[in-house]
Amino acid sequence: MIIEHIDAQLPGTVTDRHDFRGDQTIVIAKENLLAVVDLLHREGFQFLVDITAVDWPEREQRFDVVYHWLNLASQERLRVKVPVADGESVASLAGLFKTANWFEREVFDLFGIRFEGHPDLRRLLTWDDFQGHALRKDFPLDGGDVFCMEGCTAPYNNGERGGE
Amino acid sequence: MIVNMGPSHPTTHGTLRIVLELEGETITKATPEMGYLHRGVEKLGESLSYQQFIPLTDRLNYCSSIMNNVGYTTAVEKLLGIEIPKRAQQIRVLVSELARIADHLVCVGVNAVDIGAFTAFLYLFRQRETIYDLFEMAAGQRLHTSFTRIGGLYRDIPEGFVPLTERFLVECEASINEMENLLTHNPIWHDRTKGIGAISPEDAVNWGYTGPCLRAAGVPQDLRKAQPYLGYETYDFDIPVGTTGDVFDRYLVRTEEMRQSLRIIRQVLDRLEPGPVMVDDPKVALPPKEKVYTRMESLIHHFKLIMHGMEMPVGEVYSATEAANGELGFYIVSDGGKNPYRIRVRPPCLPIFSSFEEQVKGGLIADAVAVLGAMNIIAGELDR
Repeated sequence: MIIEHIDAQLPGTVTDRHDFRGDQTIVIAKENLLAVVDLLHREGFQFLVDITAVDWPEREQRFDVVYHWLNLASQERLRVKVPVADGESVASLAGLFKTANWFEREVFDLFGIRFEGHPDLRRLLTWDDFQGHALRKDFPLDGGDVFCMEGCTAPYNNGERGGE
Repeated sequence: MIVNMGPSHPTTHGTLRIVLELEGETITKATPEMGYLHRGVEKLGESLSYQQFIPLTDRLNYCSSIMNNVGYTTAVEKLLGIEIPKRAQQIRVLVSELARIADHLVCVGVNAVDIGAFTAFLYLFRQRETIYDLFEMAAGQRLHTSFTRIGGLYRDIPEGFVPLTERFLVECEASINEMENLLTHNPIWHDRTKGIGAISPEDAVNWGYTGPCLRAAGVPQDLRKAQPYLGYETYDFDIPVGTTGDVFDRYLVRTEEMRQSLRIIRQVLDRLEPGPVMVDDPKVALPPKEKVYTRMESLIHHFKLIMHGMEMPVGEVYSATEAANGELGFYIVSDGGKNPYRIRVRPPCLPIFSSFEEQVKGGLIADAVAVLGAMNIIAGELDR
């Protein structure tokens, strides 16, 4: 339903879409994010449920920034994915949705994706001096901390010491 | 003056640090800091099989572990596209509602203690112990239950569980009444909670509030009614809604929710029908041990499931359940492998906690304690 509205009002914006187990997903370019969000807001999707990301290191546009929206009136949900390359930034939604502030900080912390226009883009879960971004696929599972993990042969990663 | 509230302080409900900037006792700025309990649960999930992740969900909200188990396994079942047996659904509803009561008991009780009312806490905690006794009967553990499995439950509820639950329904109702007698019309309780942390419905939505905090602000959003799962649409219960969203309204909403949960549990006990508690699908469910020892097919299925895991479809799902704190969402991306490619936990208290500064600015330090308690922040869930 909402996807047809986006198609009608912002033609060519949706670059890919799929419907899996009842979850509707659209993929849009990062340049179109604010226009789509504005439309979604006007269409009643005023509840920004979540922002997260998925890392696909082998892809040219390495990250998918994933937004989950909910329409409180119709209870319709929509997932919007924005592919970005390493080093690229996405427009911040913190000015429109207060909840985006911490979610974006978390994505920045754990994936290293920057959000353009965010009022206070600091790490959220790790400390300021923390090296790397913990949810990237190439971040070692044992944290790669030479002081904490000296001699560690954690069975779940066959004792490999990534990051060294 | 700058005062550090936490990270290790009885009123911070786990390990949180809040830097309060004060003028006298009035808060001019509050900077919450979290991450002291961050264990990288989402990262760990990428290296574990779908079944192995279940015990990690226990550690998210340790006040209502079973609801996290239910939320996660429901998400994986959505990914698999399977439906669990009727009895398993009913028992999941039963234990989820027990966990909701336990969570609300802790939240209301500890909030009262933080504010200075100790006796109500004692009445309530007795009931929480009973709930943990019931969990111990069902799951074998009191706190970290790991009770659900993908496709159903670890095991059926034991004999004696139902009569004890029936007794609990009566005793818990009495305890809630006793607690209400102590608090609801208490002028000190009113002074400490009314008008504190009030939030408009628009702001609550904009901040991403869910659960009792959202409903206390006047938005009747409850996933059990709005997007029913586990057959919640067949149960008769009401959604309590507040008007101002302040600490007092959150208390009233939680108190009424406990009564509604008791109502749901009573209905579950009335309709509980015999049957299996695990799907009849050898590609998902582990075969019974005696069959593993006696039948070649079962042995092969057991081996395949343990060594290679389940055959997962390629795709992504977001599944949300109404946990005690609000919408607990699991976003799972599968690339068809044995392990999830990405597991995202959407904790209900993260968006709520992010509004902390706005809630307490201009108030007193004592109000910050009341607001934090009423938000029901669970550090394990917040930090993951």
